[in-house]
Amino acid sequence: MEYFVQQLIIGITLGSIYGLIAIGYTMVYGIIGMINFAHGDVFMVGGFIALIAFLALLAIGVTSIPIALFLVLLIAMALTALYGWTVERFAYRPLRHSYRLAPLISAIGMSIILQNYVQIAQGARVKPLPPIVTGSHTLMSSDGFDVELSNIQIIVVLTTVALMVSFSWLVAKTRLGRDMRACEQDLKMASLLGVNIDRTISLTFVIGAALASVAGIMYLLYYGVIDFYIGFVAGVKAFTAAVLGGIGSLPGAMLGGLLIGLIETFWSAYFSIEYKDVAAFSILIVVLIFLPTGILGRPEVEKV
Amino acid sequence: MSAAAEPILTVDRLSMRFGGLIAVDDVSFVAQRSDITALIGPNGAGKTTVFNCITGFYKPSAGLIRLQHPDGRAYLLERLLNFRVAKVARVARTFQNMRLFAGMTVLENLVVAQHNALMRASAFSFAGLFGLKSYRTAESAALDKAHYWLDRTGLLPRADDPAGSLAYGEQRRLEIARAMCTDPVLLCLDEPAAGLNARESAELNALLKFIRREHGISILLIEHDMSVVMEISDHIVVLDYGVKIADGTPEAIRNDPKVIAAYLGIEDDEVEKVEAEVGL
Repeated sequence: MEYFVQQLIIGITLGSIYGLIAIGYTMVYGIIGMINFAHGDVFMVGGFIALIAFLALLAIGVTSIPIALFLVLLIAMALTALYGWTVERFAYRPLRHSYRLAPLISAIGMSIILQNYVQIAQGARVKPLPPIVTGSHTLMSSDGFDVELSNIQIIVVLTTVALMVSFSWLVAKTRLGRDMRACEQDLKMASLLGVNIDRTISLTFVIGAALASVAGIMYLLYYGVIDFYIGFVAGVKAFTAAVLGGIGSLPGAMLGGLLIGLIETFWSAYFSIEYKDVAAFSILIVVLIFLPTGILGRPEVEKV
Repeated sequence: MSAAAEPILTVDRLSMRFGGLIAVDDVSFVAQRSDITALIGPNGAGKTTVFNCITGFYKPSAGLIRLQHPDGRAYLLERLLNFRVAKVARVARTFQNMRLFAGMTVLENLVVAQHNALMRASAFSFAGLFGLKSYRTAESAALDKAHYWLDRTGLLPRADDPAGSLAYGEQRRLEIARAMCTDPVLLCLDEPAAGLNARESAELNALLKFIRREHGISILLIEHDMSVVMEISDHIVVLDYGVKIADGTPEAIRNDPKVIAAYLGIEDDEVEKVEAEVGL
């Protein structure tokens, strides 16, 4: 029982990180129907920006952890958002009226560029961050096994919930959210009604990148190490989460992220850690056989 | 008809070719301000192609499309593409097969259409995010306008339902309401009466007359339903095989032998007689 609860905590934490990245995949797919393969690498860039910002803040003598965390959050979100904007502006927008596969190939290229750029600029070695947030609470204990809930896990889950709530509010209630939903349903019609679709698409990338950067910070704080290659693995997992939940659906991305996190954790805990990715992808295949549009996805209605 | 006839839309020698197919061949016509101008013709005559050129969907192969605003500013529509036709030149259109945002509510459909007004008021999102007063005022103005058009189109009770759940006739009216929310100077309607029953078509006539009378909006419409065309149009342009074959008042069109021939066809032994009449 204690072992199960411990794995549940770990799974939810991991799932939160996947969920934050998955939102970026699902939003971009919803609006322009392309898979942004560079999104995982934007997440990695966010992590690196956070690492550099942490070290820079320590160097100039900001020692209060809450202030440092808050500043890092702002810096990383802003700079990563800029990356998201740039990627869309230069790699995807010129190809939007080209054939369907062109932006996809461009995205794969962008992913390789970002990975190699970070590898060259930051080195290929794993970068550590000294533990910033420490401490944990023992929830229950028996037979010498303690169920630990660490402060960092609390921060990860709370931040994710807060971001998802505010993002859902943004989509449901604000003008920008309305424009985004209109673009998602009919891009051409939205433009005919005067919605500036270029701007709406740019903002979608910006918001997606900002959320991915938060996931990057959480990853960095949680694992304490980062390298140029984490974007690929996390990106594929988050993409799987988006597809599992139903690509194009926001609650789907959050649910999918959580499920992938839980599946991976429990599989590693009870069966074999080597096969955790196999487990996650197998579940994806099984779900897609029975629910081709994912768990919360809408069936695509072809317009005549 | 308006007191001083002045053109709002001048289509000058418009041609549209798709490869070897000439969909629209050298068509010219003028729509007067505050008039209802109808574009009619048999299927495949090129009506929708003309519409697509006017609303920026297609770039014409040749010709000029000039839109004159009431304040005197003029726009060459063939040079504006995409959302700029709606945003700058203020031309709104509806579609033969409706393109509502089916998953959004009826009210949201109308508020999205007021994007530009809200955009200015929200100072490009910043004021909106921080809930400044100027933005809240603009948003409540947008809601008022949406409610006004919902009331006019009889959709007020359905305001919070998803647009996709409306009946066919209601969706048609919502599309017109949405187009009006963009604050257009020219409203282009592609077969607004298609699929409507006699009562709904009569309501549509009343709505279009109301828009023209109370708001002074000029309307350009494509329509097959002659009860609509003949009752509300001030001016009719007839196309056949991409060529303009007639242009005039409803009475003149009704009696035009070319139009009758295009619509009803002619017997083989009448060909020479009709050709002589129409001067071929």
